[in-house]
Amino acid sequence: MKKSKRVILDATHFDLTIKRLAHQLIENHNDFNNTVILGLQPRGIYLADRIKSELLIINNNFKIESGALDITFYRDDFRRREEPLIPNETQLNFIIEDKNVILVDDVLFTGRSIRAGLDAMLAFGRPRKVELLVLINRRYERQLPIQAKYIGKNVHSVSSERVKVSWKHTDGEDKVILYTPKDE
Amino acid sequence: MSKLSVNHLLGIKYLNKQDIELIFETANHFKNVINRPIKKVPSLRDITIANLFFENSTRTKLSFELAEKRLSADTINFASSSSSVTKGETLIDTVNNILSMKVDMVVMRHPNPGAAYFLSQHVNAKIVNAGDGAHEHPTQALLDGFSIIEKHGELKGKNIVIVGDVLHSRVALSNIFLLQKMGANVKVCGPMTLIPKYITSLGVEVFTDLKTALNWCDVAMMLRIQLERQDIKYFPSLREYSMLYGLDKQLLDSLKKKITIMHPGPINRGVEITSDVADSKQSIILNQVENGVAVRMAVLYLLAGKID
Repeated sequence: MKKSKRVILDATHFDLTIKRLAHQLIENHNDFNNTVILGLQPRGIYLADRIKSELLIINNNFKIESGALDITFYRDDFRRREEPLIPNETQLNFIIEDKNVILVDDVLFTGRSIRAGLDAMLAFGRPRKVELLVLINRRYERQLPIQAKYIGKNVHSVSSERVKVSWKHTDGEDKVILYTPKDE
Repeated sequence: MSKLSVNHLLGIKYLNKQDIELIFETANHFKNVINRPIKKVPSLRDITIANLFFENSTRTKLSFELAEKRLSADTINFASSSSSVTKGETLIDTVNNILSMKVDMVVMRHPNPGAAYFLSQHVNAKIVNAGDGAHEHPTQALLDGFSIIEKHGELKGKNIVIVGDVLHSRVALSNIFLLQKMGANVKVCGPMTLIPKYITSLGVEVFTDLKTALNWCDVAMMLRIQLERQDIKYFPSLREYSMLYGLDKQLLDSLKKKITIMHPGPINRGVEITSDVADSKQSIILNQVENGVAVRMAVLYLLAGKID
């Protein structure tokens, strides 16, 4: 089976999208004094970092708390995989009790990672409100009733397709590619 | 590599270096979890674990139980003193009866060496050896290794001496296997009557003088004299033993460098180690206990991943 690939976001649009998401956050959260940003491990943390630095570029006076949340021990597919997943580090040095939490992940697809993320987050307190921010929202394949409030780009894709987000500082280039398997 | 090469944890002998590193890495994450406000994760919520203790235990039993609960597993406990074993039931019958209640994993301590291995050949559950006679006590060695890494950064090249009743100690044997696999130098120290004859075949040298041994090492593991396993006299008196092989503050302070003191517990204060040494800053005995829960969580998590 061969794969065809299509760039959904190139470097320019990638950057514009991040900027737009940052501005949307400011619209709703003003100065972030009671808002924290939580990136989901492993790849949501890159987006969380980028959003945070974008926010600081817009206003250097923002004091934004952010952390990385690992969801491995909270997943619902443990023992349904060939190998147990190796966890990543959770870096969360504050309690989220009564805070507004912005959960950040790169791609929203089935919704199961976010479900696990919500569970993992609750081990650090009861937030006042939780919102979800994703770079790519893959529509039509949701398996749980979960929706993002802030969306970089909607993609209409089927489950056999794959979306890959690359980051400048880890993969060399900012871009999002959709891989579609095609029959020979 | 995110998978153990074994289906049961029967002894350190059956693990390879990658397995041990994987357990340490996973334990690190669990140590993080058990220091959170909510110390529990739902990973093993559909797993049932039976703790079968055919021999007395405080630390290991509590530590396993806590590890299981922190992982959200269901647990059942069994102590031989209050069971049908006293009525003459065999080990396999006892275990098979427990397994017909749909148990996925068995944590077992047994006075007979090889009991865990025997069980793994005959029953359909993941077995974790929590000590089999004077043979192995793998989770203790894992938590000891983990604690040394936490204190000293790595095991490779570190000098570790195991002092005391090596002959009757499953902790000693498991630790020798583990430390050697991880590239540490291990020697033992004690009266010759308490050093097993096979020890040189493991490539382990013997010190008979405690001070020489302590001056050589970075870490000293003090072992308890296991009077309950000694059917004959191995040394004239406990007083003489503690004079020659007991560690007190004066001896500790006379050494060339600050060594780390470990003890698998239970401690016989005043015999192998005095109170002021056990409670000193150089002792990491209570860290060992804390790490025990994290390491056991890692072992249970990784083995549970292999249940069909």
